[in-house]
Amino acid sequence: MKRLLSGNEAVAHGAWEAGVRVAAGYPGTPSTEILESLAKFPHVYAEWAPNEKVALDVAIGAAYAGRRALATMKHVGLNVAADAFMYASMTGAEAGLVIVSADDPSMHSSQNEQDNRFFAKFARIPCLEPSDSQDAKDLTIAGFDISEQFDTPVLLRMTTRVCHTSTPVEVSADRRQVKPLIDRYPRNPAKYVMVPANARKRHPVIEHRLEDLARYAETFPWNRVEMRGTDLGIITAGVAYQYAREVFPDASILKLGMSYPLPQKLIREFAEKVERVIVLEELDPFLEDQIRLMGVKLWPEAVSYPHTKSIFPLIGELNPAIVREHAQQAGLLPQSQPEKAGEQPQATPVPAGLKLSGNGHTDLHLPARPPVLCPGCPHRGVFYILHKLKVPVNGDIGCYTLGVVPPLNAIHTTGCMGAGIGVAHGAAVAGDTERHVAVIGDSTFFHTGIPALLNVAYNRSNIITIILDNRTTAMTGHQPNPGSGQTLQGRETQEIEIEPLVRALGIDKVITIDAYEVEEIEKTLKRWVKEDGPAVLIAKHACALLPEERQRYVPLRVDPDVCNGCTICFRIGCPAILKSDQLDPKYHRPLAEIDPLQCTGCEICARVCPRDAITFRDQALQFWHEAGNS
Amino acid sequence: MTAFSPSSLNIVLTGVGGQGTILASSMVAEVGMALGYQVKKAEVHGMSQRGGSVVSQVRWGKEVFSPIIPPGEADVLVAFEKLEAVRALGYLRPEGAVFADPHEIPPITVSSGDDLYPDDDAIQAALAQKTSQVYWVPGVDLAEALGNAKAANVVLLGALSAWLGHAPERWLEVIRRRVPAKYLELNERAFWQGREWFTSSI
Repeated sequence: MKRLLSGNEAVAHGAWEAGVRVAAGYPGTPSTEILESLAKFPHVYAEWAPNEKVALDVAIGAAYAGRRALATMKHVGLNVAADAFMYASMTGAEAGLVIVSADDPSMHSSQNEQDNRFFAKFARIPCLEPSDSQDAKDLTIAGFDISEQFDTPVLLRMTTRVCHTSTPVEVSADRRQVKPLIDRYPRNPAKYVMVPANARKRHPVIEHRLEDLARYAETFPWNRVEMRGTDLGIITAGVAYQYAREVFPDASILKLGMSYPLPQKLIREFAEKVERVIVLEELDPFLEDQIRLMGVKLWPEAVSYPHTKSIFPLIGELNPAIVREHAQQAGLLPQSQPEKAGEQPQATPVPAGLKLSGNGHTDLHLPARPPVLCPGCPHRGVFYILHKLKVPVNGDIGCYTLGVVPPLNAIHTTGCMGAGIGVAHGAAVAGDTERHVAVIGDSTFFHTGIPALLNVAYNRSNIITIILDNRTTAMTGHQPNPGSGQTLQGRETQEIEIEPLVRALGIDKVITIDAYEVEEIEKTLKRWVKEDGPAVLIAKHACALLPEERQRYVPLRVDPDVCNGCTICFRIGCPAILKSDQLDPKYHRPLAEIDPLQCTGCEICARVCPRDAITFRDQALQFWHEAGNS
Repeated sequence: MTAFSPSSLNIVLTGVGGQGTILASSMVAEVGMALGYQVKKAEVHGMSQRGGSVVSQVRWGKEVFSPIIPPGEADVLVAFEKLEAVRALGYLRPEGAVFADPHEIPPITVSSGDDLYPDDDAIQAALAQKTSQVYWVPGVDLAEALGNAKAANVVLLGALSAWLGHAPERWLEVIRRRVPAKYLELNERAFWQGREWFTSSI
């Protein structure tokens, strides 16, 4: 049966059909939906771990125990999990182990752009690269088989366009046998205890394994030659294959389903069958460099150094227009396509009497629509106060990174998950005279914030840490975390409270305040800025988008007789607060007005209003009731 | 009404996070599959969901390769918000069809007073530069009259289905599959409203 599945859903389906027993990961765009989909299948254990390194250790542990296992993460997650990734290559396992890395070319939701195919080469393990959802499913299944056949972890490298594109997939309701591959947990220290003496013996084993894999790559069914014309041959992998088909319909193609190690013989034979052979790949010249090293004559022959990618850009994701443009610049395609130009009808003339700047839509100025903290977001008040206090703020990764955008402008650094606390500590021990504030979310605190805060406690730096505890992993779509009281598969579990955890780390100056209580938060921070020693403020309120919070929405309103357009409520950056058409009679400033469709009734605006012109929930409820709008 | 059955159709759907753009594009993709096309649907999640612009792309064809529609090659643009219609106009081919909701959601840059929302004349002129086929479907108004503005996306799909000359069944089957039972009746009515709006205004 064919179903329309995203690449992520297809990986989940493939893993299930392949009999995966255990899957673990940490949410991260564009990888998140793999585990969310897999969690719904029967007879699979799937969990969110606090971070990617733990997730990968869990998957490795299951594979050591003879059960097929999957670990999922976004590209930067594999940086966190790299330690585990490297030892897993050294040991291999008793059952199939597939690691999914979802790369994010163009950084749609990421802090950096990196090509994780290099991780496969780094660790001497095979890298599989799907180019659509069918591939994603098939290569996941193939990955488990290769893993067992060669005693190696396998890296399945996805990208945003493969993860989040839906294409038809042949799915099956049949599943491989899920019996453990071993009768008893292995007692095999020579293979599984990586002390130097054992590790030194394992290293040659994995280098031999790489040679075996390179031979296997020659006949791997997903390394496929499609012969068409012989003028041009294209070696490609991943989503770039689709662009190759679209832009070069007559070219012959070598589509590499396995981008490491490469099938040397197959590549040479393909190159000999065509007049010119080029490489078309997204991001780094991973294939191109390797193929040049083989001595295969690619077109163009000369490349520059240090950037050895020849025809196509190495920054950002590709698309058919970019591929066409660069192919034209390189002389692979004719500059103009007259048959296309001829088809284009004249644009409709602008009706007389309409004002329009310049000559058409390209000149129409469009106000940007950047992502913002949602109406009712419990993070908003903290950033409003931090902005007022003018302290240096070391931020972290999550929705709350949006505290950087105007009008809040309250974050000064953001690097990677868990970085903010360490970066603030570094400034403090370096002797920076300003009091640094580290801001981190609950999920990120559980991820890598805990060791950083332990360091603050141990080495006693002068920083204030604010933990924005909204009891969920909101940015990636509300995945549960150790503070949510629920697991990925819906089991009730221990809800980890942060305050006792912080005390146990060795910080006594810790307080939990409802995140909407802006006056209390401001008072506390103002006091702490003047005091010494580590301090932790937990600003706690559930994310306004969670179902139980949604039931509490009460739209507030502005009393136009009291508001004088002072603009203070605009400075909290809430999308529900609008400038009304009505002007204050004295100052001629637009009054504030609240969009009842967007307002949740969090009261942050009401609390910061110096004239009490904004109703609180009780008054608003009464007003709506009297207005017959119960 | 004769069925419009092109060999391929590129459709860009756009709106603001929370308007149901992604769900609408899933429905369009499934209709394409039901009609026997090869189908691809591409979208970007993550940051764009927090009230930002959302663009989703659906391609129907005999053989579809790239999931991304190159600039100037979309046959149809479906916009659930007026400003986003103009923002996504670069995708549309000259004389492609636009189905846009005149509904206005001011972005934070406008509501904070830092920028201005373009006026209707400028928006219409910008669209007119690219195409004469612009259908302003009052999706939010019609859906609100049915009791829930959230169904505006399905009103626009109803209009699109009528423009394509499709019989309603294929679309209704997909709506029944994709919409939770609680909202099914609302969405079916929204779909019919969109169809009726299109046929009565042409």
